[in-house]
Amino acid sequence: MRKISYAAAIVEALSTSLAEDASVSLVGSYVLGLGPKRVLMDPLRAAFADRIFDPPTSEAAIVSIGAGAAMAGTRPFVDIGTASFSYVGWSPLVNEAAVACHMSNGAIRVPVVYHMLHGLRGGGAAQHSGSPQAMLWNAAGLEIVLPSSPHDVKGLLRSAIKSDNPTVFINHARLMDIEGDVPEGDYTIPFGHADIKRPGRDVTVIATSYVVQTALTAAETLAREGIEVEVLDPRTLVPLDQDLILKSVGRTGRLVVADETNLSCGIASELSAIVAEHGFKSLRAPIMRVARPNIPTPFSQPLEQAITPTADRICDAVRQVVAWT
Amino acid sequence: MPTLDRRTSLSIFQRMLMIRHFEEAVIALYKQGRFASHYHLYIGQEATGSAVLETLSEKDLICTTHRNHGHIIGRGCDPNRAMAEILGRASGFNGGRSGTLHICDHSHGFLSTSAVVGGCAGLATGAGFGLKVRREPHVAVGFFGDGALEEGLVSESFNIAALWKLPVVYVCENNSAGAMGPQQGGYPTAITATDSFVRLPAAYGIHCLKVDGTDIAAVYAAASAAGQRCRGGDGPVFIEAFTTRWPGSSPLWPELATVTDLNDAWDPARISGPHADWSRHHDPVLRVARELVAGGHASRDELMARDNEARMRIAAAANFAIDSPMPAPASVGDHVFA
Repeated sequence: MRKISYAAAIVEALSTSLAEDASVSLVGSYVLGLGPKRVLMDPLRAAFADRIFDPPTSEAAIVSIGAGAAMAGTRPFVDIGTASFSYVGWSPLVNEAAVACHMSNGAIRVPVVYHMLHGLRGGGAAQHSGSPQAMLWNAAGLEIVLPSSPHDVKGLLRSAIKSDNPTVFINHARLMDIEGDVPEGDYTIPFGHADIKRPGRDVTVIATSYVVQTALTAAETLAREGIEVEVLDPRTLVPLDQDLILKSVGRTGRLVVADETNLSCGIASELSAIVAEHGFKSLRAPIMRVARPNIPTPFSQPLEQAITPTADRICDAVRQVVAWT
Repeated sequence: MPTLDRRTSLSIFQRMLMIRHFEEAVIALYKQGRFASHYHLYIGQEATGSAVLETLSEKDLICTTHRNHGHIIGRGCDPNRAMAEILGRASGFNGGRSGTLHICDHSHGFLSTSAVVGGCAGLATGAGFGLKVRREPHVAVGFFGDGALEEGLVSESFNIAALWKLPVVYVCENNSAGAMGPQQGGYPTAITATDSFVRLPAAYGIHCLKVDGTDIAAVYAAASAAGQRCRGGDGPVFIEAFTTRWPGSSPLWPELATVTDLNDAWDPARISGPHADWSRHHDPVLRVARELVAGGHASRDELMARDNEARMRIAAAANFAIDSPMPAPASVGDHVFA
């Protein structure tokens, strides 16, 4: 199969969506960030000029406008840019888009996609490295998508734009350049279907977004030590594929959750709680979390590295749960 | 001075009567302990909402706020289901999930009803964006109070609506005159540093109109002109409509309720009680009733008959709501997602 970059896969999904449905629009077109891959969006801007709008720096307004445009029957894709800036638009995100369907008793649908780039990216410091997905998971009513590969991002983005619900689509800045197998034709990946990125019998490592790539690296290292890690990527937090998670832990009996959100009330914490509550009998060791500690992200590389869920930290955690008796 | 024909002015007045009786019934139901929570009334602003709504078509989109009862009833939505919603009943427009704060009848073009101050302006701007993307010749109307202008989201929305020439009519119902706190000329001086709210949207080049919000002809003319401008692709319009705060609305839980009697319109000498000054000088319902008779559009008896009919319709809505069942607790998780 042909290999293309993660960024190119995003552009394919956007292009197909814009061509397929005249009610799809883009509010903000720097979806790929401001790095060299941004030029991949140029043909789209030219082809769909009447439905692509670059807004002023007004995160609250574009989140709200996306919600309103969706309520009016269109399918806007709103690019918030760096995920830390989504906090500026928090009220329309969690107070309007997330609640409108329930609050109206199902009368109103809000088929908007909010796109953002999260995560530790190398020198982002405290205000450009945010990973708001756990906070958003805490706000009921939003679908949350965290792709980790070029193949997944294309299929998941097609599903996000077709979804009738407000969907937060969170990419990682470090994923943009990754290359992988991507079918040329159109396809969707349904939400709520986790994917086992590498099967293994000894320990389940659940990871999300870029940390899936890190976990795969860790799994290579551990395999050389004779530890077979199963890397499971939920792909969507809402809806969550709880069944596959519990099945995997049922096979391995050990769980490490690796994720970039902060430790307290983070994704690793919630997934650990779910397994502790529903899969306790399967567990042969305590669950370990490899997350970002509750420290604002520092700029200097050794400091940033110290809070990053690295392959080394994942390996250490896996060795500990394997050694636990 | 703009004038209105008989049919239009009576249609607006009909909306106003329905709103007034609905609101007075809400007060009565609250006093009977029929629902919890604070609530916000539209009394005193009926002329503004009714005249704006009179100019809209079925396909136009509307966004309202925590003070939504007037816009919902004025639009012609079913008062039974609106009242049932306020009482948290399963038969309410939103199955009891919204209550008084978020009543929404999507089938009449309402977007989600936001009780976050200023939230409505962003949603209405988004609806205008949606209309532009789909090239539909309709308008999105956002109703909000003057307090919304304190929010940054609203100024951001003005900027984007102006940049992209979105078909949005912002209706700012300035009800600060007579409200609590220090004021100058209808502007709460402790809250806003401007002495004219239209300066804000005007800074973005938005076409602005100021009207007396109790003058149905003036509001109708402004809203018609705004709608025409939007439909013509000339971008957003901001209307500031001035009304004087009904004294009963001062606390969050409206007190000192009076029941409107149309006879007061032609016999101001009989007006008494704590709201006498407001009723004589600022009550839009009494004002329009007086003008309809003076202008020869209707007789007193005709208006009294309409008033009685509206009162009975709302009484039926209250009974419908009271008799409706509460939602089943097991249904609480329904509709989180479409």
